[in-house]
Amino acid sequence: MIEFLQQLANGLAQGGIYALIALGYTMIYGVLRFINFAHGDVFMLGAFAGFYVGPWVLRVSGLGPSYAGVALVLLAAMLLCALIGIGIERLCYRPLRDRPRIIVLITAIGVSLLIENVGQLVFGADPKSFPDLVIDRALVLPAWWGRLSALTITLSQVLVLGVTLLLVVLLRYIVNRTRIGLAMRALSLNPTAAQLAGVDLDRVIMFTFGLGSALAGAAGILTSIQQPSIDPLMGISAGLKAFIAAVLGGIGNLPGAVVGGVLIGLIEALVVGYLSPTYRDTIVFAVLILILIFRPAGLLGTVQREKV
Amino acid sequence: MLQVTDLHVSYGVISALNGISFKIEQGAIVTLIGGNGAGKSTTLRTISGLLRPRSGTISFLGEDISTLPAHRIVGRGLCHVPEGRMIFSNLTVEENLAMGAYLQTDAALNARNRDYVLGIFPRLKERLRQTAGTLSGGEQQMLAIGRALMGNPKFLMLDEPSLGIAPRLITTIFEKIVEINQNHGVTILLVEQNAKLALEVSSYGYVLETGRIVLEGPSKDLRANPRLKATYLGG
Repeated sequence: MIEFLQQLANGLAQGGIYALIALGYTMIYGVLRFINFAHGDVFMLGAFAGFYVGPWVLRVSGLGPSYAGVALVLLAAMLLCALIGIGIERLCYRPLRDRPRIIVLITAIGVSLLIENVGQLVFGADPKSFPDLVIDRALVLPAWWGRLSALTITLSQVLVLGVTLLLVVLLRYIVNRTRIGLAMRALSLNPTAAQLAGVDLDRVIMFTFGLGSALAGAAGILTSIQQPSIDPLMGISAGLKAFIAAVLGGIGNLPGAVVGGVLIGLIEALVVGYLSPTYRDTIVFAVLILILIFRPAGLLGTVQREKV
Repeated sequence: MLQVTDLHVSYGVISALNGISFKIEQGAIVTLIGGNGAGKSTTLRTISGLLRPRSGTISFLGEDISTLPAHRIVGRGLCHVPEGRMIFSNLTVEENLAMGAYLQTDAALNARNRDYVLGIFPRLKERLRQTAGTLSGGEQQMLAIGRALMGNPKFLMLDEPSLGIAPRLITTIFEKIVEINQNHGVTILLVEQNAKLALEVSSYGYVLETGRIVLEGPSKDLRANPRLKATYLGG
């Protein structure tokens, strides 16, 4: 039982990270109806932003490894990734806005390969060790948890889950309660009607890319706090898993992306714990195939009727 | 108020409008009638900035708007209720109306417009919290018109408001269109396949055939025109 709960705890922390990346996929799909395959690489750039900016921020602010330090580095990486995401949209996708979707999709794969290879050139292909933004340790669980106090829960796991939760709540607020959020939803439902209501499509799409990429940047930092080894290709696997999470939850559906992310994290942890780490990716990709066969709209998605 | 001069529009190599010109005076209801594929919707979509003309000018309140993006044109008080209504089906009725007022920052004006819309379409008031996709066709049309009115238009373009709506509701909607024109002071361009109805509520009409205006005149003259009677008014 303790073993099972331990796997759940591990899976939850990893799932939160997938959820953050999946939210970006699904948001961008919502407004532009295409999968931004470069999104996983923005996540990688978030990690590298932390790698380069982190030590500097901690030194200049005089904070050293601390929660405030993490918050600062997190904000810096989110801001940088938002700018990168906006830049990618502006330079690569906007000129192709009126072209068939497949062309934009192929361009996204091109952008992804470009970032990965330029990344290897600039950062070096070998793994780097991520600086300690906090001193990670296993938490001493209170005695009243009884047998559960035997669980190993690390500070970084709690941190990752806490920040993920905070960002998801914040995103929910932006999407459901603000004017630009309303415009995002309107745009994803009917771009023509949104334009006729006065929505500047370029601005809303730019905002969406910024927001989605900022979340990917945050995920890059959170991942690196948990597993402090980063490399320019780390976005491939995480990006694919998060993409599967978005499809699992229902692409275009924000709560779906969170549910999908957490589920993929949990499935991975259980496979690693009870089967073998070797089967981890196999099972996750099998999930993708199964969901596409049996429920293509995803768990929370509804089947969209084709417009006549 | 609106003057369209020698407008040419094409989709790729297929030309949809071959040099149409027309004029709409402030305070009028003008109708544009014609069969399927005549170019009625294309005309509206070009005026509202969804399509770019190949040549020609569109002058609204004395300024050329033919190169402005759609969201700028709405901001000048020219609102378009598109064909097929295009309501935001997953948003509530309330949110749809809020989207209509997207560019309006004056809260008092928005409250007045909202009261006006809910006053002429009381059904929407009963359904404010409901998802717009669950409304009937007629109610969706009311919502589409209401949403456009939330943008505080000086000029309103309606594309086939009678399309796919129960006959009983068509009468109601056309009464409201007249009411919006007469009591709310909004100039209206009405595109319709239902030529009979359109010529009853309008004061002036243009007949469009394969991208050209083939006939125009005061609506009462057009109603009596033998050629029009044979083609559009059912004998």
